[in-house]
Amino acid sequence: MKKLGIMVLACCIIVAASITQTTATKVPQTGVGNAERGKKIYAKECLSCHQADGGGVPRLNPPLSESSWVVGDKKKIIQIVLNGMADRIPIDGEYYSNTMASHSKLTDQQIADVLTYVRTNFGNKASAVTAAEVKAVRTPKKKK
Amino acid sequence: MTKKFFYFILILLSVANNILACDILNKKPNEEKIFVDSINNLLLPQNFTGTVVADGIGRARHIATTPNGGMYVKTSSLYKGKGIWYLKPNANGAMVPISGAGNFGGTGIAIKNGYLYASSDEEVFRYKLNENFEIISPDAPEKIVTGLLNRRQHENKSIALDNAGNIYVNIGAYSNSCQEKDRTLNSPGKMPCPILDSAGGIWMFKADKLNQTYGNGIRYATGLRNVVGLDWNTKTNTLFVMQHGRDQLSQNWPSFYDDKTSAELPSECMYELTKGANAGWPYIYYDHIQKKKILAPEYGGNGKKEGGKDAIDPVIGFPGHLAPNGLLFYTGTQFPEKYRNGAFIAFHGSWNRSPLPQKGYFVVFVPFKNGKPNGDWEVFADGFSGKAEITSTRQAIHRPCGLAMGPDGSLYVSDDNKGTIYKISYQKK
Repeated sequence: MKKLGIMVLACCIIVAASITQTTATKVPQTGVGNAERGKKIYAKECLSCHQADGGGVPRLNPPLSESSWVVGDKKKIIQIVLNGMADRIPIDGEYYSNTMASHSKLTDQQIADVLTYVRTNFGNKASAVTAAEVKAVRTPKKKK
Repeated sequence: MTKKFFYFILILLSVANNILACDILNKKPNEEKIFVDSINNLLLPQNFTGTVVADGIGRARHIATTPNGGMYVKTSSLYKGKGIWYLKPNANGAMVPISGAGNFGGTGIAIKNGYLYASSDEEVFRYKLNENFEIISPDAPEKIVTGLLNRRQHENKSIALDNAGNIYVNIGAYSNSCQEKDRTLNSPGKMPCPILDSAGGIWMFKADKLNQTYGNGIRYATGLRNVVGLDWNTKTNTLFVMQHGRDQLSQNWPSFYDDKTSAELPSECMYELTKGANAGWPYIYYDHIQKKKILAPEYGGNGKKEGGKDAIDPVIGFPGHLAPNGLLFYTGTQFPEKYRNGAFIAFHGSWNRSPLPQKGYFVVFVPFKNGKPNGDWEVFADGFSGKAEITSTRQAIHRPCGLAMGPDGSLYVSDDNKGTIYKISYQKK
């Protein structure tokens, strides 16, 4: 009985793993960020702190709209998504108290998608982010 | 025609706002609420009026009134180079900023025994006042407490004083729920939580001793994630505090919580503290729907398992994330009988109810009798946000933060978004 249970569990894990793999393979991992896919990632990973309109929360979570960081150097924002942020440094002259968690579990493509969404919405009109650009920032960390 | 239409829309909006707020918070509509102020859209009980007495005073956090009608405002960042502003009433009833002091931002401010106490995010200072309650030496405060932890999160050092020469200081936890990785999906809690030795509680110091720090004070109460609103209750002779409950139940623990549950939980709690009290953070949180102390998911909880046998029960659990920033026990006589010795609570308004609409941005009243709540809490003043529904926190125009009572028994409410000070008064008609 116990063995059967373990076997059923093992089957479930295999099925679950293969499903995850097929969904993952559907999305190219080297492409230009896709804002439509990014919107869904934003809703799951970012919205609770940065809010539905990208407005952030005054003095707690920085806004993504009208932010020089968001539309500026891509490397900097890729790093923030990968590593999170806990430094007490002003953003456009304002301090924010909450820490941001690392989102390194997202794939390069997912990060490219969500950053492309953020850089082309909330009044932002910046260029897309590619998975290759995310990979370039992430890889030096992996070599350690 | 256009003006009439404008007022019609405003009334409509305010009614919609009231109904909506009542519905979501499962409160019966308060029929006594009337529309009193078309400019500020404040909703108050009958025979109460709300007026704006000051505006643009930086980011006005806590406030303290003087016996001769003046007021001190603590701003979270410097306003015109100062972090403390002295306001004096003019002939029209407006509160006019007269002078500033202090080169530090912060939240805490209080007047006691001829001194003005004010806190930065690391220290507590005091200024001697003259017979007119004006600061004698604005540039030479005495440093009462120094070296308190400020690690970005929950940095406010809110203060309250008792009648026995002690000052109580909040040292908020620099974490959401003491996870190994703060605010991270499925990250477990540290055991034991190392934050609690120097933060996540209320520390007690002497009100008249200089340069105290951790070694000189005592940890009066622990297991408090962050307290912004607090007040010494002179009837019970105890400290009451409002805890900001943890965030992100559904975002960090989606297997146990959906967004709807996470928007309502955990409760924002009022605690009555005695020396040595433990309110249970980060191991447990309070659930006002189940009326239980629930084990935090970081420590093996699943939303149902109970915990916290050694933790005190809250006096009241309010809906989650509303951010109680001000607490005041009403000791005046201007307001009707039911308000005497009851608690007013200024809720700053939520951000972590998203993706559901945000709530709060109001002042609540809880009737008290013999030092205990005597009836349900109710929304006392609403409409500060200026919107029927807030879907993103920044849409709120004003956010209640500090409370104080004037010498005539009027209630003052500060707003740290626009630096507005409201005066709420009662007049029997």
